Amino acid sequence: MIHSTPLKCDFETVIGLEVHVQLKTRTKLFCRCETVFGAAPNTQVCPVCLGLPGALPVMNRRAIELAIRTGLALDCSIPPVTKWDRKQYFYPDLPKGYQISQFDLPICADGFLDVIEPEDDSTSFRVGIVRAHLEEDAGKSMHDEASGRADSRIDLNRCGTPLLEIVTQPDMRSAAQAKAFLTELKLLLTHLDVSDCEMQEGSLRVDANVNLHIDVDGKRVATPIVEIKNMNSFRAVERAILHEVDRQYLAWEETGATIDNQPKTTRGWDDAREKTFPQREKELSADYRYFPDPDLLTICLPDSQIEAAREALGELPAVVRKRLETQHGIKPYDADVIVNQGTAMIAFFEVVAAESGDGRRASSWLLQDVMRTMNDRQLTIEAFPVSAMSLGDLLKRVASGTLDNARARDVFAHLLDHSGTVEEAISALGIKAVDNNELEGLCQELVASNPQIVADVRGGKLQAIGSLVGQAKKRNPNANPQQVRETLLRLMQS
Amino acid sequence: MDYSIPLDSACELLRLQAAGELTAVQIATASLESIRASQDTINAYTHIAAENAIATAIDIDRRRAAGEKLGSLAGIPVAVKDVLCTRDMPTTCSSKMLESFRPPYDATVVERLRAADAVLVGKTNMDEFAMGASTENSAFGVTRNPWNCDYTPGGSSGGAAATVAAGHVPLSVGTDTGGSIRQPAAFCGITGMKPTYGRVSRYGLIAFASSLDQAGPMAWNAQDMALLLQAISGYETRDSTSLDVPVDDYVAASNHNSVRGLRIGLIRDAIDHEGLDDEVRRSVKAAVEVFRDAGASIVDVTLPHSGYGVPTYYVIAPCEASSNLSRYDGAHYGYRSRSSEASKSLLSMYCRSRDEGFGAEVKRRIMIGTYALSTGYYDAYYLKALKARRLIRGDYDAAFGHVDLLLGPVTPTPAFRLGEKIDDPIQMYLCDLFTVGANLAGLPAISIPGGQTQHGLPIGIQLHAPPLHESALLSAAAFFQSVTDHHRKRPSR
Repeated sequence: MIHSTPLKCDFETVIGLEVHVQLKTRTKLFCRCETVFGAAPNTQVCPVCLGLPGALPVMNRRAIELAIRTGLALDCSIPPVTKWDRKQYFYPDLPKGYQISQFDLPICADGFLDVIEPEDDSTSFRVGIVRAHLEEDAGKSMHDEASGRADSRIDLNRCGTPLLEIVTQPDMRSAAQAKAFLTELKLLLTHLDVSDCEMQEGSLRVDANVNLHIDVDGKRVATPIVEIKNMNSFRAVERAILHEVDRQYLAWEETGATIDNQPKTTRGWDDAREKTFPQREKELSADYRYFPDPDLLTICLPDSQIEAAREALGELPAVVRKRLETQHGIKPYDADVIVNQGTAMIAFFEVVAAESGDGRRASSWLLQDVMRTMNDRQLTIEAFPVSAMSLGDLLKRVASGTLDNARARDVFAHLLDHSGTVEEAISALGIKAVDNNELEGLCQELVASNPQIVADVRGGKLQAIGSLVGQAKKRNPNANPQQVRETLLRLMQS
Repeated sequence: MDYSIPLDSACELLRLQAAGELTAVQIATASLESIRASQDTINAYTHIAAENAIATAIDIDRRRAAGEKLGSLAGIPVAVKDVLCTRDMPTTCSSKMLESFRPPYDATVVERLRAADAVLVGKTNMDEFAMGASTENSAFGVTRNPWNCDYTPGGSSGGAAATVAAGHVPLSVGTDTGGSIRQPAAFCGITGMKPTYGRVSRYGLIAFASSLDQAGPMAWNAQDMALLLQAISGYETRDSTSLDVPVDDYVAASNHNSVRGLRIGLIRDAIDHEGLDDEVRRSVKAAVEVFRDAGASIVDVTLPHSGYGVPTYYVIAPCEASSNLSRYDGAHYGYRSRSSEASKSLLSMYCRSRDEGFGAEVKRRIMIGTYALSTGYYDAYYLKALKARRLIRGDYDAAFGHVDLLLGPVTPTPAFRLGEKIDDPIQMYLCDLFTVGANLAGLPAISIPGGQTQHGLPIGIQLHAPPLHESALLSAAAFFQSVTDHHRKRPSR
């Protein structure tokens, strides 16, 4: 591993990604078969997606809408006319012998996505989007190598599922940046409700194009580009790139091969062995012989349709983040965590912040108490037992000083398991305001009975007062610690 | 055989059934008998659906007796080219590749025929995957011309033309990608129409060249054709290229037979073409006089780019075919090689299966199309052909700016002998000289019997109309047939 040996040369890692996103349509791209994941093999098929002779594709309009929505959110231009092309190659999971895709007129082109720098959340980097095009998915081949008969089975359920392939510029410079881009993209796609992005179901798959630009004697040398195919977790993408960087550097040292004398190659990622490995190409030649699909019409996208889609976009995650920071005064990190949780969490936060009148307190409670509970109890925010209004009410009382943090946590814990309002929880827990005279009396007793602590405090060890506050809380749980502290100090100084 | 049953007239068969003089079962029985009697000589069918046909006929008779409302083709025997999917009959495209293929669904055309209560008697022979002009490229034997068994019936809808000409059925459905309805109709002395691209749904029509393929009717005369066209036409959502335009009343159009005031353009490029046979030229000129005498005005029209028709067609059609036929790879259905070579690897399974499953002409066109779509050749061939196609369409648009119909020959020559051109693909391709224009431009065109050679072989004349003007073609054909008797001639039995 090169990390353990000093590098002879500096280099820069250059990464471009191709992300295949399954769009959230009820039916397939060119037929009415459902796209539900996990059905028994070859049960969600019809003559069209099986590619039977004579069957013809009919475009799913919903897929077009979702693609436009995504394109606009990525600041892409949407052309007035787009079309379908056939990408031709032979493989058993491609029953027509061609995939219906988009070649020279993709539905989205030339956009970008700004991503928060993983090392420094005060800055961001921009990833250019070359294009995003629609295409149908192929089926799934399952090779049973163990049977000894090289038995292969094919499930065509996935055939014809709508995919949006998003192609970035080679704008990422580290595995961490690639992961940050993918995280932000996934957030955007789920925020737009265009995809479930269920990676374990394969609804978001990533190919990474990686090479190194190495500084050699004042000149830059680029290593051959490697495409790592079909990764379905961000962790895999990150590790595969890290591995590939090492591998390419060593390969360059060993062979000196550069982009000028070695063509692009394709590799797979072995998650278990944590290695990339050379992949068998699906077709003998890379000539896909694209041509316009004569079974489908060109698609005209009038300005009015695109403008309507633009208006329906709503606020995008990056904008929400900024707004939460400025409007509620919360930290960029907190805003990021809340926005990354999705639209329901954003809405929850905004209600809590508004109701409590204290955005920072609201975000701190969400990030700690609420999210910890969600995690412990495996809850979504939609199913959270304490409503945003109740939490807001609770935090308002904390903000105004009528309830201390510890008592507020008691109320919160009570609300998690009991229905009812904050008011009802407070009364159920027997929380009531402590009379000033009573508090004064309690503090006088404590000062009188703890001469050593009083001496310590008077001697400048202010933190020693903590134990008196603790004793006060024990004797009267309703006593406000802040008030106890202030009263004790006054008494000691007099 | 019962010659009193007029198997050459759908209109007459409808009338006789309505009058109670004939039953659907009697008609179907007679039709099937005649088909069987000439199958050894003509070989018009790849599949004869005797049992299903009789069962359908029994049902129709029962429903008629019960006073139920019947479809527009009730009890009429109809043959369907074996390129249209049928859920109860094999669908082979006359290819070894699909010899055992049974589609799980009906083509829209077939669905509509069933809905009209037609009696489907079988699937007709054709050039493999509709590639050819003589029906000699069938994996299941050649079809012979009923007028003279030494001659080809034309192609690729040779079986569909021959079965009508032989008097088996009054109606058949063919498909036309570059002339495959009109040329065999001309060779067999019957009437055949390629409708406007998009008028008849292509769903279930096994694709040869998707942007050119169109199913259409074949019959003896305009009235019978109108019945069939009416039944199969119309918009359908399962075919994206289907036209969402109401269907004309074709039956009414075929009963309107005046051409007074009609402006007919005579296609000079065709009539003056050096490759045009003299007897064919004479028939077209005779037709000109028939129309002129009836009050039509005849003007000369040139289609300046018509010379590019055949080369343009023979780039676009193979390109689309090479792609459309990729699905026949032996993996999921159809022919898979059993040779030991094929079991060695996926690639050799593909290669062996396709090599053994496809015939020579199909392979030739797949190779041409694959080549023309390859990197480095796409612009020079496919893209250039698309540009030529636009110019050809432009010629027709310009012509229809000042005429209602265009008149010319269907084919350069009358039917040729079996074997005469099979080893010379270029000569075979030139058979399409006057027919590919309508496909490239998407226009409707009709082939009408227009005379006979001195040896008694039929000659066809062709009319083109602007898109969706099928009614104009039917009216003109009906007029022509009201004053001529070429369409009444029958081959001797």
